[in-house]
Formats: sequence, C-alpha cells, structure tokens
Amino acid sequence: MKRVSLLMVIVFVAVIVLTACGGAKFTCADPKGCVDIAPKDPVRIAYAFVVSGGDASLGTDTKRGSEIAVDEKKEILGHAIELVGEDELCAAEGGQTAATKLAADPKLLAVIGTNCSSAARAAIPILCGAGIAMVSPSNTAPDLTDEARPPEYWCYLRTAHNDNVQGAKMAEYAYEKGFRKAATIHDGSLYADKLQQVFAATFVQLGGTITAREAVGPQDTDMKPMLTRVAATGPEFIYYPIFIQAGGHITKQAKEVTGLENVQLAGADGIFSPDFLRAAGDAVVGFNWSSPDFSAFGAGYGDFLAKHEAKYGEKTLAPFHAHSYDATMMIFAAIEKVAVKDADGTLHIGRQALVDALFATKDFQGLTGTLTCTATGDCADPKIAVYVGQSADPDTWNPGADADSNPMKIWP
Amino acid sequence: MLRRLLRRVSGTTVFMWLIGIAMLVVVVWGVYATLSSGRYKASDWIDLTVYGIAQGSVYALIALGYTLVYGILRMINFAHSEVFMSGPFIGYFVAMALSQSGFFNRQPFVSLIIVLLVAMTVSTTIAVLLERIAYRPLRRAPRLVPLITAIGASYFLQYTFLGLFGSGIKGYPEVAQLKGYWPFPGTSSGILRTQAVVIVSAFVMLAILYVFVQRTKTGKAMQAVSEDKDAAALMGIDVDRIIVITFVVGGALAGAAGVLYALLFKQVKFDMGFLPGIKAFTAAVLGGIGNVNGAMLGSLFLGISESLFPNLVLDGLGLPAPYQLKDALAFIMLVAVLIFRPTGILGERLAVKKA
Amino acid sequence: MNARTRSDWMAPVKSGLMGGLIALLIAMVGLVEVSVKRPILTADGRILLSVGQLLLLLPIILMCYKAVQVFAAGCEKVTDRLGLLATGALSGFFASLVLAALVLLGRVINLRTVFIRASPDLFNTLTFGLGLGGGSVVLLLFGALLGGLVAAITLLPDRIRRPLVLGLALVPLAAILTSALFAGRGFSVPVALLVGVVAAALTFAWRQTQPKLQDRVAALSPSGQRTYQVFRWLLPVAIVLALPRLGAYPSEVLVNVGLFVLMGLGLNIVVGFAGLLDLGYVAFYALGAYAMAVLTSPEMTWHGIHLTFWQALPFAVLASTSAGIILGIPVLGMRGDYLAIVTLGFGEIIRLVFLSDWLKPFLGGSNGITRIPKAVVGSIALDNSPKLYYLILAGCVVAAFVAIRLKDSRLGRAWMAMREDEDVAQAMGIDLIKTKLLAFATGATFSGLSGAIFASKLTSIYPHSFHVLVSINVLGVIIVGGMGSIPGVVVGALALVGLPELLREFAEFRLLMYGAALVFMMLTRPEGLVPEARRKLELHEADGEV
Repeated sequence: MKRVSLLMVIVFVAVIVLTACGGAKFTCADPKGCVDIAPKDPVRIAYAFVVSGGDASLGTDTKRGSEIAVDEKKEILGHAIELVGEDELCAAEGGQTAATKLAADPKLLAVIGTNCSSAARAAIPILCGAGIAMVSPSNTAPDLTDEARPPEYWCYLRTAHNDNVQGAKMAEYAYEKGFRKAATIHDGSLYADKLQQVFAATFVQLGGTITAREAVGPQDTDMKPMLTRVAATGPEFIYYPIFIQAGGHITKQAKEVTGLENVQLAGADGIFSPDFLRAAGDAVVGFNWSSPDFSAFGAGYGDFLAKHEAKYGEKTLAPFHAHSYDATMMIFAAIEKVAVKDADGTLHIGRQALVDALFATKDFQGLTGTLTCTATGDCADPKIAVYVGQSADPDTWNPGADADSNPMKIWP
Repeated sequence: MLRRLLRRVSGTTVFMWLIGIAMLVVVVWGVYATLSSGRYKASDWIDLTVYGIAQGSVYALIALGYTLVYGILRMINFAHSEVFMSGPFIGYFVAMALSQSGFFNRQPFVSLIIVLLVAMTVSTTIAVLLERIAYRPLRRAPRLVPLITAIGASYFLQYTFLGLFGSGIKGYPEVAQLKGYWPFPGTSSGILRTQAVVIVSAFVMLAILYVFVQRTKTGKAMQAVSEDKDAAALMGIDVDRIIVITFVVGGALAGAAGVLYALLFKQVKFDMGFLPGIKAFTAAVLGGIGNVNGAMLGSLFLGISESLFPNLVLDGLGLPAPYQLKDALAFIMLVAVLIFRPTGILGERLAVKKA
Repeated sequence: MNARTRSDWMAPVKSGLMGGLIALLIAMVGLVEVSVKRPILTADGRILLSVGQLLLLLPIILMCYKAVQVFAAGCEKVTDRLGLLATGALSGFFASLVLAALVLLGRVINLRTVFIRASPDLFNTLTFGLGLGGGSVVLLLFGALLGGLVAAITLLPDRIRRPLVLGLALVPLAAILTSALFAGRGFSVPVALLVGVVAAALTFAWRQTQPKLQDRVAALSPSGQRTYQVFRWLLPVAIVLALPRLGAYPSEVLVNVGLFVLMGLGLNIVVGFAGLLDLGYVAFYALGAYAMAVLTSPEMTWHGIHLTFWQALPFAVLASTSAGIILGIPVLGMRGDYLAIVTLGFGEIIRLVFLSDWLKPFLGGSNGITRIPKAVVGSIALDNSPKLYYLILAGCVVAAFVAIRLKDSRLGRAWMAMREDEDVAQAMGIDLIKTKLLAFATGATFSGLSGAIFASKLTSIYPHSFHVLVSINVLGVIIVGGMGSIPGVVVGALALVGLPELLREFAEFRLLMYGAALVFMMLTRPEGLVPEARRKLELHEADGEV
C-alpha cells in the first residue's frame, strides 16, 4: 500500500515537472479563445448535413464533397484531418441539436453546413456562440448574409450563391430571349419560394407579366392537374426552381398537357444534376437551367468527378458537392494561414482569427470559381449561366460551353 | 314525435350538421364562382377527370392490399406502402438491364411484362415475409401491437432499401410506343397512352380480383375468414393459409401498382411509397375499409377529387396556389364523408363494432 | 440425449446461416462502412476493434448462442460438452461462410452497380485486410472460433458467467457512450480491461451482497426505515435536478426527450387511458407552437400584439385545447381505424394549411416564423439547453401530476371503461361525448404546452417540423414505454428520442434501427418496457388463451 502511494506521488510530480518544462508556452490572445492541437492529434472539423430522410441525397452529396476534400488534403501542417458529422435533418430542430452537439466539442475548429436554410437559422447562433466558424455549401436564403443580419451571425459564411443573384439572372435571361409572360411554381421549400419571388419581382420590373404563381408538394407526383391550370393562363415561360423529384414530374408532364407542349421550361441549380435527367427523361431536351458557370470550373472538376465515382460507386447526387469541396478547402486554407506551430508540433489556432481569415478569403481558386468573401459572408463567385438540355442520357452529363456539352451553356 | 326527435338531436349533432352545411355552402359557392368565371373549357374538366381516374386506379390497386388485410386481420398494414415500393424498385434494375442490352427497345411490351412479373414477385415476397416474421406471432395481441410493428417494419424496409441501393432517383426507361395520345372524345388532345394503359390494366386486374374473391373457393374462404376466423377454422378452412394468400394477393397487386406508377411517373425512390400509401389507405377508409368494392370506389373518388377539386372549388374561392392544398382537401373530404357516413361509403358491414 | 440425428446438426447450420445473413444485411446497407472507423478498442492509435466490426459480430454471436441454447435445451446439465462446443463452432462457421461467399461474389462480379455499399473497403474489412484467399480462410476460422467461444462461455458456472458476460457487454457500451457524449476516442486495452473487470467485480459483489442488504433494510428501526425511504426518493430527485451538469449537449438531448415526454403524457391519456387511436396528435403540437410564435414574434405585424413567452403561454395552450375539442366533435362517432386515419388527416391538414401560400401573410408559409423570443424567468433568459431543461422539467412534472391524479379519478375510470367497451360504458351511465371530448382536450393541452416550449426553444419554426412522423414517434414512445403507464412515457421517450441522439454517428441509419427496434420490441415485449399492471395482466391472459 505504501509503495503504491509513493509511486503515485512520483508520477504526479513527474507530470507537473514535465508540463512545466514544455518550453516557451503559447499564450492565446484571441478574444474567442484558441484550439490547441497536440502533436499527434488530428485537426478536427465537422459537417452538419441532412444525411437521412427524404432530402438525404442533398446531404450525402455535400458530405461526399467534403470527404473528397479531406482525402485530397490528407494533412494540415503535419496533422491528420478528422471529419466528424451531424445530421441536421433539413429542419430547424435538427439544426439546433446538431449545432449544440458540435458546439460542445472544444477541439472543433469549423463546421461545413448546413444544407437547409431553416436548419442554418437555428444552428448559427449556437455555433457562433461557441466561436466555431461555419461555412455553408448550400444555404441560399438571402437573409443569412443580408446586410441586416443579426450580429450573432458573425461566424457564418457560405460558398453557395445567394438566391437574389440566381433568381434575377434567370429573369433577365427570360426577358432578353423575348419571353413576356411567365408562370412560377414552388414546392413549399424556403429555397424554391425565395427564388421564384426574386424571379417574379425582377421579371415584372423588366416589363414582363407573371400569369400564374402555383405551388405543389415536394412529394406530389401527378402534376398534370396543376399544369392544366397553369396552361389556362397562357404563359410562354415556366420557372420552377424546385428539387429533382417534383421537378422531374413537372418537366415530364408539362409536355403531356395541352397548351404547354411548346412552352419554355426552366429551373435552377436544385435540379442541375444527372439525376434530373433520369427523373424527367426525354423532356429535358431544351430545358433551361440557371447554374454556376461551369466554364469557370477548371479541370479540377473533372478530377473531382472521377474520384467521386471511384470512391462511392455512383455519380453525384445533387448540385452542391463542389461548393462543399470548396468550403472545406477554404477552411483548410484559413487554418493554415492562422495556425501557430510550436517546436514540438503543437498547433494553436485562434477562433476569432480563423473566422477573420475566412472572411479575408480573396481570389481563392475553388472548383466553383474564384471565391472572394464579402463582409457579410457571401463567398460564392456568382457567375450564373443558363444552360440548355441536349440529351436525356445521364451518362452524357457534362456541363460546359462546348458544342457537345450536355447541358450546354447558352447565356450569357 | 317531435319530442323524441328533439331528444335524439344533441348539441354535437347540430354542430356536425352545421359543419356539413358550411362545407356544402363553401363548395357550391366555389364551384359556382369558378364555373362562372369561364376561364376553363369543358375539355379541361374532362382532361382533369381522366388524370384523376388514372391516379385513382393506381390508388385502387394499393388500397386493395390495405383493405384485404384489414378485412381479415383487422389491422392497418402500414408497411404496405413499402411492399408497393419494393416491387418497382427491384423491377427497375431488371428494366435497366433489359434496356442496356437493347431488348427493351426491341420488345417493349415483353420487357414490361417481365418487369411486371419481377415486381409482383418481389412485392409478394416482401408481403409474405412481413406476415411470417412480423405479424403472425402477434395474431392474438391487442390491436395496437401489430400496428406499431407495421410502422416499425415500414421504417425498416424503407431505410434498408435506402442503404442497399442508395438515395438517388431511379428513372424507368420510357417506351417510345406509349408516347403521345390516343383519340378520346371530349378531351382536348385525346387520352395519354400511358394513362390509357394504366387505367385498362388496373381495371383488368381489379376484375380478376373481383372474380377471384367472389367466385373461387379460396376467395370464398377469404370472405369466411374475414367474417369470423374461429367459425371458418371450424368449417375446415386453414386460416393461416388464407391469411398468407391474402398477403400474396395484396402484395402482387401492390407490385403491379408500382410498375403502373413507374410507367406514369417514371421515378422510383426509396420513399416513394409513403404518400401513395397514405392516400390509398385514405381511399380504402373512404370507401369503407374491409370492403373490396369500397376500396375501388373510394380510390377513384379520391383520385378524381384530388385532380378536380382544387381547381373547381378553391380557385373560385380565390385561394392562391390551390394545388398546394390538394392533400389537405383529400383529408377534408374524408372527414366530410365520415361525418355523415362514419363507416365509409360502402362500409355497412363494419357498422358492428370491431374496436 | 446421446443419439444425435441429422436434424440436430441442421439447427446450428440454420442459425449460423441466419446470423450470417443478418451480418450480411448490416454490411450491405452500409452500417459497417460508416462505423468501421469508430474505435472501441485501440492500441497505439491503431484500432483493434471498431463499432463496425462489433456490428458484424453481434448477430453471429447471438445466433451461435441461440444454436447452443437449442442444443442444451431439455437437459438439466449438459453432459455432451464437446458436442456443445462443436454446435457453436459449426454455427459460427456457417455464419462466416455467408460473409466469405459475399466477398467471393464481390470479386467475381461488380456488385456496386446495384448494391452501392459493396465497396472494396467493405471487402477489406471482412477479410481483415489479408486479401481474398488468406482472408476468407481466416474469416471462416474466426467464425468457428467465435462460435466455440460462445459455447464455452455458456458452459461456465452461473456465478462466473454472468459477471463475465456483463463485463464483456459493458466495455463496448461504455466506449460507445463516452464517445457519443463526450467525444472520447474509444478505450485502450488496459482501460477496457479495467472497465470490464470493475463491472464484472461489481456485479459479482452485488449479487453476493444484495440479499443481505435487503435483510439489513428490513431489520432497520422504524425511523431508520423512514430515513431510508426519504433517501430513496431524494436520490433520484437530486439526480434529475443535477442532470444538466452533464453539459450542453446531454441537456439538449434531455430537453428534446422532455418535449416528447410532455406529448407522450398527453397522447397517453387519449390512446392509453381512453383508447382513442389518434395519429394526428402533431396538430396540437403545431398549434401550440404557431400560437406562441404568432403572438410573440416581432415579425408578425398584422395583428399588432407582441407578448412575452409567459403572457403568450396561456393563449397557446388554450388554442390547442379548443382545437382538441373542435377536432374532437366530428370524430365522436368514429371508431378504431376510422378515427386513426381521420386524425392523421387532421395533422396533415394543419401542416399543409400552415405551409400554404394562402395563409402566408399571416403564418409565414415556407419561410416559417423566426425571431421568436426565448422565455425569461426573472432576470434569467432561458437561452440554452441546460436552462431550458428546468422549464421543460417543470412542464413534465405538472403534466405527470395531472395525469396521475386523473388516472384514478372518476374521469380516469370512465376513460378506461370506455377503452374496454364503449357500449357497456355508455350503458353504465358514462356520457361518452363528454368523456371523449375531455380526453381529446386534455391530450391537446399537454401537446400545445410542448409545442409552445418547442417554439421558444427553437426561436424559429417551420411547417416542416410538424410532419406526421412526429405523431407516429409519439405513439411509438407510449407503446414502447407501455400503454397507459406514466413512468413508461419517460422510459419510452428516453429510448426512442434520447438513445437515437446518442447514436448520432449512425445518423443515416437512425430510422432503420428505429424500425428494427420497434418490430423487435413488439415481438418480444409487446406490453412495453414499463408496463401498466392492468395491461400486463391482459396480455398474459391473452398468452394463456393461445
């Protein structure tokens, strides 16, 4: 018994001495505190995506984008990278729980997410409260990076383009191409509702008229009755910035409704994916999408797609994987910029410094273009192009500006 | 006389009549306003009705699965929507294999029948496995127990398919011969060929089922078991076998419904069963659950009203985006019907209490 | 016992194949893939045993155990020890045979065009990274060995076996729990040994001393008895009050559990006491939440009323209560499943109407209602989960108190009479209309309270949060806990809401496991985890009939 306690005393003293002699100690001057990463520990970042339920494909897609970025980066300043994750359920309550759990992790540096703007609104105050940087690859709701956003959003940025940009571009395109009467359809999601609002406002401002503003449920299948109603108003252009499932149904069935056979159909980047070709079939030939300008997506994107196919055995599921990849890479770059490395390899990263570095991102070469963050956290390179569908075969999916691209960029 | 009437009329009855009358007034007003606005042609209404019948006939095939099982086991087979999903889901892989080998384009109808058979087999297998593993041990349990089991099985199957095959949307190959219209009087451009095929095949299957239930020995045994299990057993009917056959029939119809659904809507996905499942169940209740004819009638009624009513009623009332409220309207109608006929349109048989 | 027929050898083969198939399913849905990097046992940073591997082993172990049980059934004492070991090994061998077949098949044809999870990584895990030939042989040997081990453990005397099994089971559980709650990184071998040995020793010691302790308590003086009783009550109360000390995330989970406990207590009255199957219970939750949001959010300018949380709370609850009565009237005449589908319809109607463009100027439509203020008590804002915990706890305590008092009241007995037989209840002079409406109204009140707290917790609400799946989850809570049982609601909510939160690494598979758990639960313990005495009796009566 005596010997044991003696041993313990020795160990205790040894530990104190060793920690005391650990060389010049780093002092954290960051107002939000610092994260210290011991020599053998990994750098930890997290995702908050919707990986279960009906919207799982969106979350899985972005999650894979981040995973590929982690695989590619391998290590930061000699430390391995650990990507943990939480499900945000595409809902405010899911976002709040996920954020609470992530915020409880003292070693966590940054979060990539969320997918859904509703989840973001609940998650941002919590993550910012813990000083964790947050970069979303797919939130598009304008209020998140609005000038008037609340101060507790200080840690939030996004690589996704703002709805204000995309909706307006499509309206400009439609008006420029001579369409004067347009109808809009949304699916009750924040994303679609905002986009169609922006589109309609811009289109009316330019001098066009909106003949009908309809809505469907995201799980609805029979769209023909709703489309019959739209047809009665005689639109020349129908804009439905919704998701693949309902979008596919509308695209296919619009060709089957009398009066809409020759109307120009258009959607947004929520359906800019080979899965949409699968869902809509032959009707996508001639369909118009607004999406980031893929001619700015360098050769890196082709590499990315090859890696994706090899790693997951399927094609990309939704349009935001590249944004997620960029968000992850942007975080890595910011960490490298602000990390202070001790002689023994310990990293010290100031939380405020990391967020500041993210906001200072300038001319960052990402897959989705050249990213530069504004003071309110909009980092996307908002070069929106309009594409036209050339073939319904998902294997030919190769967006670009060439004559054999599918979809092919036609504007601007 | 008057006194007796007064005694029977309680406050709640009056309240319900008031609800009913209010609903009726709103409906009549809406219809009048819509029709008098003259924005829609007569052919538009006929088009909408045809769309509704096509949708309703898919509901009918699913609803029968619910109603047959309910008739016999008095349980809501919540997992039936997954039985419906599984058939066309596996069928998709067969269709894709056929399509890649070029056979699908050469022989679209033979291919469709192959896919149909595969889908029916898969759905039947899942239905029978469900019965064997999840429901049979609970035959004598209180009624909520199998219901919860069914909900659990539904989740399990849905997410197993998600795990096994991924969450991407799978699109059935399109049949070139089924594009376009066939002439049909009254419609604006004719009837869509896919819809015609779906309606005809659904009705053929419903007719076969009707004959099977009414005329064959097994069908009569099914009726007997649904009437009274113990008495049927005493009459020498193998109750377990009949229950399995019920699941087989329900599963096969659901598989067929799934392929017809894929023909109409092209997409299959792991969660595609949920909404049609709920709707078909609503239709079964609307018609009077446990009653085969009621399920068919309720389904067609539901299909047509989903397609017609938002435009016909809500448009006149000036509601924006009426088709967003399509499902709400379907349920309101269910409530309206059940207020006045608490056991559904054809549901006298269940007037005896089963709770 | 001595003459073994062929069928005796078929049983272990069958259970082995079954175990292998379950393991196969677990692998193919991707459960292994996501959890293979989550460590349980580590040595020098290398993973010795991961959650993914454990998931593969579990069904094999269970089925081997079953095979061994079948073998040993009907014997007082197993004499044929070698046969028993062989049974275990055989079943383990066949289980791993299934997995080896998968690996072989995966090498021959590309399974990934259909089964997206059949990745080379998975095959690597299955073959211990040893390649196809060597790996398969090792896999088969490993399976046989594992089966044999399971059989060997059953041969140990009870006294040693129980602590051993408990210790073995507790180590991975503790490792998973600590990593889920506190971001730990699995156990190293010495730590695992320590946890296992301590757990085993404690069980061993407890089993030795428990009878004596009971005697000791019984022998206490009356005042001592009283102190003991007070202590027995105080301890849990103290623990419940101290729970938020665990940290922000555990509190968050507990608050979510609390919301479901509140709803569960309400639905328990409707379904458990009164026997009215309500699948649209979420409607009242939504109403409570929206009433709170509309009355308090500064965004809602159309009515010009801006209340605080406490001022709005009575109105929110009242809104739900009246909705309970109003929606209850049309369904008075409906029974059983008609009621179920109509109430399900009500839930969907409310959600769709809240979402619609029609009411968008008033309720926000898809944009939801944001900037809902948090509750403030005195000068403390309940702005984080450890503080909110006390609010929801207070709500649950009040609701539980009401529910307990109601249960044995005249009304409670009327409800139960109605549940058993409506016609007889009516004949006994029970006013069915009043009784039913009171059940709906009470249930709706609790749900509305829960919804109001939910809105102030989230500060922004959306129609999507009030999906029919919430109703089904609440129903699951009361069924798993035990219908009609009030402690059951708490246990059920912990099991169905709390546990999945802890297993968040399996986020994609949460609903899969939820489904499997519900089925398993209903098949093995339909009366629930904490059954109500009367209901348990009924179920046993039913057993007697079969």
